[in-house]
Amino acid sequence: MNFDFTEEQTLLENMVTSFVRDDYNWETREAIVKTEEGWKPENWTKFAELGLLGVPFSEDQGGLGGTATDSMVVMEQFGKGLVVEPFLPSILLAGNLISKLGSKDQTDSIIPSIISGESRYVFAYAEPQSRFDLFDVKTSAVKEGDGYVLNGFKSVVFGASMATHIIIAARTSGEQRSKDGITLFISDIKSAGINLQTYPTIDEYRASEVVIENLKVSSDMILGEIDKSYDVIEEVIDLATIAACSEAVGILQVLKDTTTDYCKQRKQFGQPIGKNQAIQHRLVDMMIEYEQSKSILYAAVTADLNNPNERRKVVSGAKARIGQAIKFVGENAIQLHGGMGMVDEYMISHYFKRGTMLGILFGNVDFHMKRYVDCTQQNIEAFESGPGKASGF
Amino acid sequence: MDTTFSAEDLQFQKEVKDFIASNYPQSLRDSVNTKRQKGEELVREDFTAWHKILGKKDGWSAPGWPKKFGGAEFTPTQKYIFEQECAKADCQYIIPFGINMCGPVIYTFGNDEQKAQHLPGIVSGETFWCQGYSEPGAGSDLASLKTTAVREGNHYIVNGQKTWTTLAQFADWIFCLVRTNPEAAKPQQGISFLLIDMKTPGITVRPICLMDGQNEVNETWFDNVKVPVENRIGEENMGWTYAKFLLAHERSGIAGVARSKKAIERIKQIAASEMSYGEPLIQDPVFKRKIADVELELSALEYTELRTLAKDSAGKGPGPESSLLKIKGTDMQQRVTELAMEAVGYYANPHMGTTLSNEFVGPSYSTNLSGTYFNFRKASIYGGSNEIQRNIIAKMVLGL
Repeated sequence: MNFDFTEEQTLLENMVTSFVRDDYNWETREAIVKTEEGWKPENWTKFAELGLLGVPFSEDQGGLGGTATDSMVVMEQFGKGLVVEPFLPSILLAGNLISKLGSKDQTDSIIPSIISGESRYVFAYAEPQSRFDLFDVKTSAVKEGDGYVLNGFKSVVFGASMATHIIIAARTSGEQRSKDGITLFISDIKSAGINLQTYPTIDEYRASEVVIENLKVSSDMILGEIDKSYDVIEEVIDLATIAACSEAVGILQVLKDTTTDYCKQRKQFGQPIGKNQAIQHRLVDMMIEYEQSKSILYAAVTADLNNPNERRKVVSGAKARIGQAIKFVGENAIQLHGGMGMVDEYMISHYFKRGTMLGILFGNVDFHMKRYVDCTQQNIEAFESGPGKASGF
Repeated sequence: MDTTFSAEDLQFQKEVKDFIASNYPQSLRDSVNTKRQKGEELVREDFTAWHKILGKKDGWSAPGWPKKFGGAEFTPTQKYIFEQECAKADCQYIIPFGINMCGPVIYTFGNDEQKAQHLPGIVSGETFWCQGYSEPGAGSDLASLKTTAVREGNHYIVNGQKTWTTLAQFADWIFCLVRTNPEAAKPQQGISFLLIDMKTPGITVRPICLMDGQNEVNETWFDNVKVPVENRIGEENMGWTYAKFLLAHERSGIAGVARSKKAIERIKQIAASEMSYGEPLIQDPVFKRKIADVELELSALEYTELRTLAKDSAGKGPGPESSLLKIKGTDMQQRVTELAMEAVGYYANPHMGTTLSNEFVGPSYSTNLSGTYFNFRKASIYGGSNEIQRNIIAKMVLGL
């Protein structure tokens, strides 16, 4: 047993660490998020040059054959830099969908353009009523002639304003909350029939509401089997959830380290505030939360993610536990910084905000706790003698 | 022990309810609601309009003040009822700097000229006050403040920097703690309490943007600001006594139980509108349980506050126990902002009201709920951080 990265993973980590250190210092990031577009396309080109855009794709598809651990390595470092370029929504989410569901023709034509940085795909799954249920889909796709016509509304699609294409989950059959009957459609994001309302998020990323009105999609732009996409959607979102957890762990480390440093420096009553035992214990608890988060993340990436029930269990377990850590570490990071923690100009509040929003992404603590319980605590046998067992009495 | 309202109290409750119903301006409600939905900041008029109306009604803007200074002199029960009814009707809260903070200092320690000059404007809401306490190096350790006031004839010359001055951009006056004797044996002994006209040359207010993107607080700089000696409250170098008196007053009003209860009602409405697992979120047992947790804590806190008030009315004044109200009250304010954010799921993300936001997105009740959650992290920091409040209880109440 060991928890060491492979040589390739260490190289990957060093590469991303250097990028964040050299090309993504705080001032640079601040300038990027204040632009209208909210990202820097040159960074995308740089990711392509570094080979990062191929991380989740198999070697056959021209990628790095990325495992969940590879994605983790990248996202943890991106978390430390609060990198706003849409790597998670576009590469690890939409890219992975195409990788897993695309026909040979589709993967041959699309994946090279993603890896080269020429095109970016995003995946529109959430709807106003769906909350975190991926199968709750109202957006409809009706067959018409050779293709389909889509109508509906998708909520809070990260990176849509930076994308060239969009993958839409739409209902081709079944009830609104049926797992059967969901089909994925690829469309040029500039198509007539797609209207984006783009806005900054509270943590300075960009997301869009996507209004879909009589969008015509031809049959060759269907991704995967008609009516049968739900299982892969769930799997790919699970893998993206691990990526979100990884980003969060990077953020937790910055929150904990920065706050510890601050408490060593900030003096009140003639001594650093970190000399107070009440503060010391809080910092220790923050450190413990960070270590526990990292551990539950490692438990997830090393689990058998090809086994659907195992995957659900470890992903939801990690997301729920790390969500709790984000709240504790984030809120205390602000508290121990005092007024300075509240200030936009200082970096700590930005890490807290991003961490908090990651806590919501793909499902909050309550959602994942429930899902974890649903796949771990069934068929438990009662003691022979208890009142819960009819035969005992 | 009796916690029922007397006939007089019930009559008073009806009077307050009726007064709000017929006098709270719809234009103010509209203005505040519209700005909330768009994520825009409130302006001075939004903060003062209701205050001014209450100021004309037998000093209702100053519920705890003695009648002889223009206040309403409510009994503790009346204060409680008044606060309840204002919260229930979602009335704009009254800015505390004049009414709860420097007003009581002026009528307790000020001279007749100072009372005559300042108290009427505080009650009427014509004068907008802000607080000059914290400095970059003096937060929890307030007594280490460095802003100096040097006596020159009939004036003090004030130099230094105050920070976290809430709403200083609207203020006419600031009450300030300044150092008048740098050589005093203890830092607490060299401090004076000054009232300073914000129009005095040499004062600069610079906005601080907080993490929700709003300009609620400021840095306030003093560069050779000439302040008449008659603007000093009480004796020179005795300011710490007045400052402590003020802080205890600040803490007693800080729990905000009625407002938190109102916020819970709103969260229930939001949760009835939001869907979770295909049903209204309000049906979700986990979410219901969370609401119940907060409700129970608030019920207990309400009675803790009433017990404190009852003691207060027995003439003992707010003691160190008021730190408990501050800790638990701000904890509850933070919990309700968190629950509201949680209720709207993904719609916690959009940030409206920025120069980059165009069209309005999401359900209208979702606007800025995450911003409010982030903003309310301030509550456990200001007014003496909750760590400091625990120190006060440990030392003053438990004798540790």
